Amino acid sequence: MAVDMNMKILIVDDYKTMLRILRNLLKQLNFNNVEEATDGSMALDMLKEQSDFGMVISDWNMEPMTGIQLLREVRGDDKLKPLPFIMITAESKSENVIAAKEAGVSNYIVKPFNAETLKAKLVSVLGDF
Amino acid sequence: MPAAKTPAKKGAKSRKAVPKAKPKTNAKRKASASKAVKVVKKVVKSTGSKAPSEYKLFSELEVLADFIKKARTDIAALNPDEVKDDFLPTAADELDAIVAATADATNAIMDATEIIEDVTSGLEGEAADKMMMATSGIYEACGFQDITGQRISKVVSTLQDIELKVDSLISAFSDGKKTPARKKAKKKKEVTDEDLLNGPQATDKAKSQAEINDLLASFD
Repeated sequence: MAVDMNMKILIVDDYKTMLRILRNLLKQLNFNNVEEATDGSMALDMLKEQSDFGMVISDWNMEPMTGIQLLREVRGDDKLKPLPFIMITAESKSENVIAAKEAGVSNYIVKPFNAETLKAKLVSVLGDF
Repeated sequence: MPAAKTPAKKGAKSRKAVPKAKPKTNAKRKASASKAVKVVKKVVKSTGSKAPSEYKLFSELEVLADFIKKARTDIAALNPDEVKDDFLPTAADELDAIVAATADATNAIMDATEIIEDVTSGLEGEAADKMMMATSGIYEACGFQDITGQRISKVVSTLQDIELKVDSLISAFSDGKKTPARKKAKKKKEVTDEDLLNGPQATDKAKSQAEINDLLASFD
C-alpha cells in the first residue's frame, strides 16, 4: 500500500531547534504536513483532540511528560494504540531501547542521526515511499 | 579540655597547630606538660577513674579535638560560602549562556540554509540534487546543539550536586546545628523511568545506530 505522503506527523521535542531540523528533514522527504509539540503531555492533548495524525516521532527526555510516558499513554489508549511511534533520542543505553520496545515503540533512532537513518526508519515503519 | 593542659606527647605536638602558641624552651615544655598531667589526673580522679590508661585516652581525644579544630580553620580559610554562593552559580550561568549562544547560532545557520533550500527547490539537475544533499547535511549537523545542550544540562546537574556537598561541609564544620539534606542513595533493584533519563552518553560509550538496530532486531 502506498504511503500517504500527506499524512499528519506529530514531532515532539523540547528543543525548538530539533523540531526545526526534523521538520526540514521531513520536508525534504516530501512529508509536509507536520505538527509540533514540546513535551509528552502537549503531544497527548493534540493526539486526543485531533484524530487525523498518522505517526508520532518523539524525543525521550522532556518535562513534564517524557517520551516513554507518552508512548505508554498512546499504547494504552484504544483509539491511539495503532499509531506508528518512532523514538528519536540521545538515550542510547540498552535498557532504554528495551524499555521502549517493551512499551511498544515502532522504531528507535539514536541522536545524533542523519537524514539517511531517518528515511530508513520511516520506510521500515510505513513502507517504501 | 584546653590544649595547654594536655599531658602527653601527642597533645604537645597538637599545640603547635594553635596559631597563638608561642615558641617554648624544653624546660618550659616539661613544666607545662607536668602541669597538664596534674590537671588531667585531677580530672580523671574527679570522674572516679584512676587507671593510667585513661590518660592515654584523654590525650588521644585531645589530639582529635585539635585535628578537628585545625580542619575547621582550614576549611573556613577556603571560603566554602563563596564557592557555594558565587562560583557555582556563576559557572551555571555561564553554561546557560553557552546553550543560549549556540541556539542562536544554530538558528541563524538554519535561517540561511532554509533560504538556500528554497532557492534550490526551483532548480533542476545534478547541481540541484547536490545542493539539496548539502542542506540536509547542514540540518543534520545542526543537531549538535541538542546534544551539547543536554550534555551541558548534565554538567549543571553535577554542579548542583557539588553545591549540595559543599553545603554539607559548611554545615558539618559550622557551629550551627543544621543538618544538611542528603540525597537518597539510589537503589538499583528495578529500572525506573528516572534511571532511564541519562542524556547523551560519552562518545566512546554511546551505542551506535547499528548496535541499536541489532538490539531492536533481537526482539523480533
